[in-house]
Amino acid sequence: MQNKRYTRREFIRNLSLTTLAGLSLPLLSSCAKEEVEDFLQKHFHEMTEEEKKRVIAKLEQRYLQKYGRKFQISTKEALPDTLWGYGLELSRCIGCRRCVYACVKENNHSRHDPQLHWIRVLRLKRGNLINLENSEHYYDPDLVPEKGFIYLPVQCQQCQNPPCVKVCPVHATWQEPDGIIAVDYNWCVGCRYCIAACPYKGRVFNWTEPNIPKEEINPSVHYLGNRPRMKCAVEKCTFCIQRVRSGRYPACVEACPTGTRKFGNLLDPNSEIRYIIDRKRVFRLKEDLNTEPKFYYFFEA
Amino acid sequence: MKKETTVIALGILLLGFWFTSSANGAGEEFPVAPPPVTEGMFPCSNCHASIEINRKKRELKEEHSQIKLHHAETMRWCLDCHEVRNRDKLRLYNGELINFTESYRLCGECHGPQYRDWRAGIHGKRTGYFMSPGKRTYYLCAHCHDPHEPQFKPIKPEPPPFPPAVKNHAK
Repeated sequence: MQNKRYTRREFIRNLSLTTLAGLSLPLLSSCAKEEVEDFLQKHFHEMTEEEKKRVIAKLEQRYLQKYGRKFQISTKEALPDTLWGYGLELSRCIGCRRCVYACVKENNHSRHDPQLHWIRVLRLKRGNLINLENSEHYYDPDLVPEKGFIYLPVQCQQCQNPPCVKVCPVHATWQEPDGIIAVDYNWCVGCRYCIAACPYKGRVFNWTEPNIPKEEINPSVHYLGNRPRMKCAVEKCTFCIQRVRSGRYPACVEACPTGTRKFGNLLDPNSEIRYIIDRKRVFRLKEDLNTEPKFYYFFEA
Repeated sequence: MKKETTVIALGILLLGFWFTSSANGAGEEFPVAPPPVTEGMFPCSNCHASIEINRKKRELKEEHSQIKLHHAETMRWCLDCHEVRNRDKLRLYNGELINFTESYRLCGECHGPQYRDWRAGIHGKRTGYFMSPGKRTYYLCAHCHDPHEPQFKPIKPEPPPFPPAVKNHAK
């Protein structure tokens, strides 16, 4: 007689399904179609070419509305046989911060609220070695260089053994084949574990919606690089991924008035960076942490 | 036996040529940005062609008075680098005349290690493309160092970042 009786298992299953449907229906219908699309957008690595194209078209449309400029969003992949490396000559840096602001402009940083910089120029007492505890980056004299100080610009060191990638709980940041550590801003959940893990303070966070003046926008962008970010995304230096993958010097290299900054392919024995490593006295920041940075500081030997 | 020694001598001679040519950079060409000449000054022969040559070391009062020679000035004078008969050219020690676009060869005659690094793309600054097919543009020594007064002048730094909590939300 009790052949049509619910088991407990069936009861729980039906109840949870109904609840889920009941909850998600108003949620999905109340969102705009665009937001649903954003929410369901896949990780950059999991997108097919077709899906990438659709996402790019959507972004271009959105940027056109927001900034009034036609954007070129590239998804150019790493070039074969490349591993990017950076050289910075400490005996030449005068601490003028031209690189900082060239980077801000090239990479579409938020200018204020929050003010985000990917390069931080530290000022150290001369003869104090690289004692980061005594460094200062708010220095503001009338003229640089100042007597008795040296300057140490720090940005993402593009570690070969990156702690930030290890701690990301959602794989929103990873190492590209050419050594650049990339961030999928849409996949990032904003937990800031990577910021805590980075020993170089290379990463910054969009605490609020970024502010970029329309007339200063740079419309030539890369999906994993300098496209305008959104609130709650973590960002950092990408060695100007949009430039270097077409063989062009990063913006900070071109901006430096003293020729302190050098760039090249570590796998090419004739590159500028290899010349430096072969013939100059180089060191890397916090080498003892085993992060294997691809950012070489050097001195005039 | 005699033949062998001639061949060896010839080889050494060729090697010597190769070394000297690669050392002074005459064979290489560098795409450089236009030299930083003062507006309205070049070509120099516009004025100098009709001026009588005066090789005497003296203070310049009428023209070029803004030039402060502060570059081994006790042992140097204009005509050590500028060619006396053709003022649009510079003059190397061996008497070869070169254009202002090649001035790095003149600088390199004294500043060897810097010249070596500059050719490799390390000393000084380059812009553009570091990989083919793009071209990189070399900056001349004179773009950063005034040849008459080569020491780098201090400049005004860009503003520091906003300190946290003080101005970050003020604009």
